[in-house]
Amino acid sequence: MAAPTTTYTGKNNGNHRITEPAPVRWLLTAIALAFLALFLALPLAAVFSQAFAKGWETYLAALWEPDTLSSVKLTLITAAVAVPLNLVFGVIASWAIAKFTFPGKNLLITLIDLPFSVSPVISGLIYVLIFGRQGWLGPWLDAHDIKIVFAVPGIILATIFVTFPFIARELIPLMEAQGKDEEEAALVLGASGLQTFLRVTLPNIKWGIIYGVILCNARAMGEFGAVSVVSGHIRGSTNTVPLHVEILYNEYNYTAAFAVASLLALLALVTLVVKTVAEWKVQQQLERE
Amino acid sequence: MSIEIENIGKQFGSFTALDDINLSIPSGELVALLGPSGSGKTTLLRIIAGLETPDSGRIIFNGEDTTDRHVRERKVGFVFQHYALFKHMTVFDNVAFGLNVRPRDSRPSKSAIKEKVMELLRLVQLEGMAKRYPSQLSGGQRQRIALARALAVEPQVLLLDEPFGALDAQVRAELRRWLRRLHDEIHVTSVFVTHDQEEALEVADRIVVMNKGRIEQAGTPDQVYEHPANPFVLNFLGNVNLFHGRIPQPAQGERKTVSYVRSHDIDIDRSQQDSSSLSAEIRHIQKLGPSVRVTLTLASGEPIEAELTRDAFQNLGLQQGEQVYVRPRQVRVFVEDYQI
Ligand SMILES: Nc1ncnc2c1ncn2[C@@H]1O[C@H](COP(=O)(O)OP(=O)(O)O)[C@@H](O)[C@H]1O
Ligand SMILES: [Mg+2]
Repeated sequence: MAAPTTTYTGKNNGNHRITEPAPVRWLLTAIALAFLALFLALPLAAVFSQAFAKGWETYLAALWEPDTLSSVKLTLITAAVAVPLNLVFGVIASWAIAKFTFPGKNLLITLIDLPFSVSPVISGLIYVLIFGRQGWLGPWLDAHDIKIVFAVPGIILATIFVTFPFIARELIPLMEAQGKDEEEAALVLGASGLQTFLRVTLPNIKWGIIYGVILCNARAMGEFGAVSVVSGHIRGSTNTVPLHVEILYNEYNYTAAFAVASLLALLALVTLVVKTVAEWKVQQQLERE
Repeated sequence: MSIEIENIGKQFGSFTALDDINLSIPSGELVALLGPSGSGKTTLLRIIAGLETPDSGRIIFNGEDTTDRHVRERKVGFVFQHYALFKHMTVFDNVAFGLNVRPRDSRPSKSAIKEKVMELLRLVQLEGMAKRYPSQLSGGQRQRIALARALAVEPQVLLLDEPFGALDAQVRAELRRWLRRLHDEIHVTSVFVTHDQEEALEVADRIVVMNKGRIEQAGTPDQVYEHPANPFVLNFLGNVNLFHGRIPQPAQGERKTVSYVRSHDIDIDRSQQDSSSLSAEIRHIQKLGPSVRVTLTLASGEPIEAELTRDAFQNLGLQQGEQVYVRPRQVRVFVEDYQI
């Protein structure tokens, strides 16, 4: 699993003497492109060709199946809860980390990174351990007839946990690079804290937020490991799209599996485009300093 | 508005950035905080603005204790070292910001704001730039917009942190003269930070020389230049040469002394003039525009630097390696208990 990386600008200062000779450059580029084709483009093409192997009608029918629709619905609900919550958390945390010094700041940074360093399966298991029938809160939840594990709340919780670094991780370096000069200027000019945030901070991190949200969303919709542990795989009820793909595949229903998988592939493509645009905009913003 | 700074102290961890600072700034003056990098100038300026809280002491505006007043309510204009213009706003919106964020009941009408902004842009001679973004301006233009933005809220006090620090030499000289004229026009109490002695001497009514979180001397440019309180001030305001010596002291016997001579207070002669003439050898000649810097070594081996006008240099026709005489015109002696 890869952390969202901060973007670096390799500024081309036009010094050609230090670059490699042309054949070496072509060779390196060719290797990189071949690698991309083999590991990214080819699988993507395979997904779509399998999905459409039996034609449009079969494709649409596979998507229109009630269990599939319910998995899409659950995935959308999960993302609709997890992404806004992480957005609020990410903006607040990165604001605090980038603009202030306070005790426990390093601990907070470490905690934000935690989901990246823990296997998603473990993340899921933590929730089972806490909320499961044999877990710490299990008896109490049982007594009050609240279901978290093997139900929608568990899936949402696990997704929030797995995706919460994305937005904060993107915003912290961005806000640190921008410093707090503009915010201070706004305060001296008489702006309130809220006015400063809305009129100065927010416009400066807008594209960083979009970048973080799109990555966070892609992960929230595509998460498999953590969700798989807490879901219980109840068809038509606790299956998200990735879990549903697995079930269909295990049932040898290849066309349907790839049809549903093509939805995730489409999401990946859209994500890639938005991410590229956002990355470019963030870079522009930093260069305007 | 007058500013009193009373016993201000500030620590960053175990580092003392400001140590018991006392200073009084009369209303309407243009004061320079002058000192080397790291001497605490910015910190003091930020404490006056309310951007930093002092650990001890009080800041008094016009007789009123403002130490605990929020930066928002202090009504100061602050020009940041790197301008801190709002990058995503046009020049117009930058200048209008302070007026636009006012609560509805005290906010001027749209047309009044527009008028005010245009008036300020005229004042800083950038009327045509209203629609541009900061990234489309030169450094000097950005600096003037930052100033216009600070002036828009009609501050009682104007604080400027190294206002010309990031500009090239020519724009710098132009802008500081312009700032002086502007100050003569609007007479707002102003404090500006600089590490450039020339800038302070040229622009300020009063210079506060700072070092290691303390004030070494405060006075008019003439006072600090002609009557430096200690070797640090002397050394910071112009190039000086050091001579070590001893003077007998009635009580303690003998004390080590250091004599200081500014490099342009040294004459070079072809022949011995009087008892103050010392023989020296020319080691190096460096031409610096209108003046020439000559590095010599005395017979004792001590190095010495003299600065001559180009005319004087040409009249003498000095050459490297020549044997000449140097004569200090003005010597300042300090007892050596003071380390620079
Ligand atoms: N926020 C801060 N945290 C820690 N040290 C600081 C901070 N601000 C300033 N300092 C230190 O205080 C000293 C004085 O800084 P400053 O007031 O910026 O000096 P100047 O403006 O004269 O160059 C410097 O050594 C600087 O490193
Ligand atoms: Mg400074």
